[in-house]
Amino acid sequence: MINENSNIILSVQNLRANVDGTEILKGINLEVKAGEVHAIMGLNGSGKSTFSKVLAGHPDYEVTGGEIVFKGQDISELEPHERATAGIFLAFQYPLAIPGVSNRDFLRVAFNAHRKARDEEELDVFDFDDLIEEKLDVVKMDAAFLDRSVNEGFSGGEKKRNEILQMALLEPTLAILDETDSGLDIDALKTVAGGVNQLTNPNNAVVMITHYQRLLNYIVPDFVHVVADGRIITTGGKELAERLEAEGYEDILAEHTVAA
Amino acid sequence: MAIQVSNSEVAAKPTPQEQRQAYLNGLLATVQAAVSATLPLTDLREPAAAIAQEHGFPDSRQENWRFTNLNAMLSIPFRASTNLADVDAEALAGVIAPEALIQLVFVNGQFSAELSNLDALPQGLVAGSLVTLQGDLQEKLGARLGKSAGHGVFTALNTAGFQDASVVWVSRNCAVEAPVQIVNWSVSPDGATMSQPRCLVVAEAGSALTLVEDFTGAAESHFTNSVTEIWVDDNAEVNHVRLQREGSDTFHIGKTAVTQGRDSRYTCMPITLGAQLSRHNLEITQTGPQTETTLQGLSAIAGHQLADTHSVVALNHPHGIVNQQHKCIVDDHAHTVFNGKMWVPRAAQQTDASQLNRNLLLSNKGRVDTKPELDIVADNVKCAHGATVSQLDANEVFYLQSRGISAEQAQQLLIYGFAMEIIDAIPIVSIRETLTQVINAWTR
Repeated sequence: MINENSNIILSVQNLRANVDGTEILKGINLEVKAGEVHAIMGLNGSGKSTFSKVLAGHPDYEVTGGEIVFKGQDISELEPHERATAGIFLAFQYPLAIPGVSNRDFLRVAFNAHRKARDEEELDVFDFDDLIEEKLDVVKMDAAFLDRSVNEGFSGGEKKRNEILQMALLEPTLAILDETDSGLDIDALKTVAGGVNQLTNPNNAVVMITHYQRLLNYIVPDFVHVVADGRIITTGGKELAERLEAEGYEDILAEHTVAA
Repeated sequence: MAIQVSNSEVAAKPTPQEQRQAYLNGLLATVQAAVSATLPLTDLREPAAAIAQEHGFPDSRQENWRFTNLNAMLSIPFRASTNLADVDAEALAGVIAPEALIQLVFVNGQFSAELSNLDALPQGLVAGSLVTLQGDLQEKLGARLGKSAGHGVFTALNTAGFQDASVVWVSRNCAVEAPVQIVNWSVSPDGATMSQPRCLVVAEAGSALTLVEDFTGAAESHFTNSVTEIWVDDNAEVNHVRLQREGSDTFHIGKTAVTQGRDSRYTCMPITLGAQLSRHNLEITQTGPQTETTLQGLSAIAGHQLADTHSVVALNHPHGIVNQQHKCIVDDHAHTVFNGKMWVPRAAQQTDASQLNRNLLLSNKGRVDTKPELDIVADNVKCAHGATVSQLDANEVFYLQSRGISAEQAQQLLIYGFAMEIIDAIPIVSIRETLTQVINAWTR
């Protein structure tokens, strides 16, 4: 929902980043206000996933220029866990399995890390169990998932639902969904999208990274940005995504590459 | 003239091999001197001493000892003691598993009736020390004790001079509900001490037993040389937790020799945390068809520790099952060795065997040697093996960090997860909790 008077949550200015000495991001500019839903679209290799990892602070990426201001604070120097507790959440394209650690323990440790960062008392096992059972409804997950090892042996859809469960629990100000729709059948997609829609409110924001327009039928964006070669080359409303779906990337890339 | 000088030099300076032989003779002399003349089964002693001498003290040029060098022992004149040493009661209380039905406590291989707890002995279970159990059982014992321990210099050394033995005997079709715990406490009150815990477990046909064998103590400069023989008769089941958490100045060499009858099930969970140098020889012989063996071990070591696990599973009948997983956590300058043999001769058709050794290297100064050895002759079998050595996965650490968990806590959680796969399978809550604490305290 666009509201001109909302607070700016994220302001990215001329962001440049390298991986292994190769420049991937070549000057990204993006402003996200509270209540907004943004979609970032682009072909494979355009830099859209790199952008999400740079925002979350992945150590493999080196920021070489520009700034990332989150809720008024430059977070470029913050550790990944500090960004997380500040309110940035990255839903992974490929969530990792952590054998031997139960989902329940993992979620509790993560939740309590957030509480600790806010100088709040940690929840004990029993209070936490009550809380997490409540959150399971958001993604229609069975409680049995809590006692399995994190993402181990989970299907693609279960992994993505588990990501949204974490989002429901941690209540981030900015949720970045990296290809959350990839590999999902239509029922799983509806469940995941339904979960995200329940969690959005006027005080938080969502940035979706996606290759396809399909997800945007279920989570409707206020802005659509097209990324190519490490830059946002054009921005529009949801009709831009529809045009991409109908025509493919070629024409739009050609138009804006010529313009540049 | 020149020849004479050379001769006198040779006489003055023994060769390394002569040194090792002299050292072994010293060990044999001290353990033999410590044996009480009243102990039964004296006929085992002399042949064992001869076998020990035949083998000689190991040297790292022998394949079996390639990665585990015992030379550091050669300068320490370990001596067996016949005095029952004092034990810090509070420290001992810390290792007692409250779930256990009974506790047999041995101090330096000698039975302590005072520290043991045998009040709750149920019908069908005989437990005690060889010294106190003489009489009725003697004949039955004679057919089992020392009959399946296998070979090797240290096994023979133990047989030549063990001072007493723990005996756990479960009669036919008796299921012992609660675990039986054997605590082997090592102390060195009067300088470098050697102890030789010996254990005989017999689970007669159709019986069931959970056994906790604990090697622990606060010893300074100690050598523990243990042998445990376990008989799992037809259709019997034994779950065996073997904890080695000895003091940091201890050399620990332990043998677990298991003989399994047809349709029997044996599970061993060897957990190695202690000692400066340890070697666990785990030898399983399946003597009948449809026999199941599960080996789920964990070695977690740091500093300059070395932990060596050598397992041999010999199948010789159809439909045998072996599931083996051994995990190692290696920190600092520590060094783990894993050697897993499986023999699948022609008779062992329809064998279903798997072996996996996974190593988590936490420092770039640590060392891992791993060697699977599968010898398969039978042609209709399923045998899988694998070995991995890895460090903490940076992507897994980042995933946890992205949920607000600090890098340090993320690493701890990953180490915990690696270990818990083994620890969670231990059927005794108090031991699981103790080990979980040990692993949680593992900070990077």
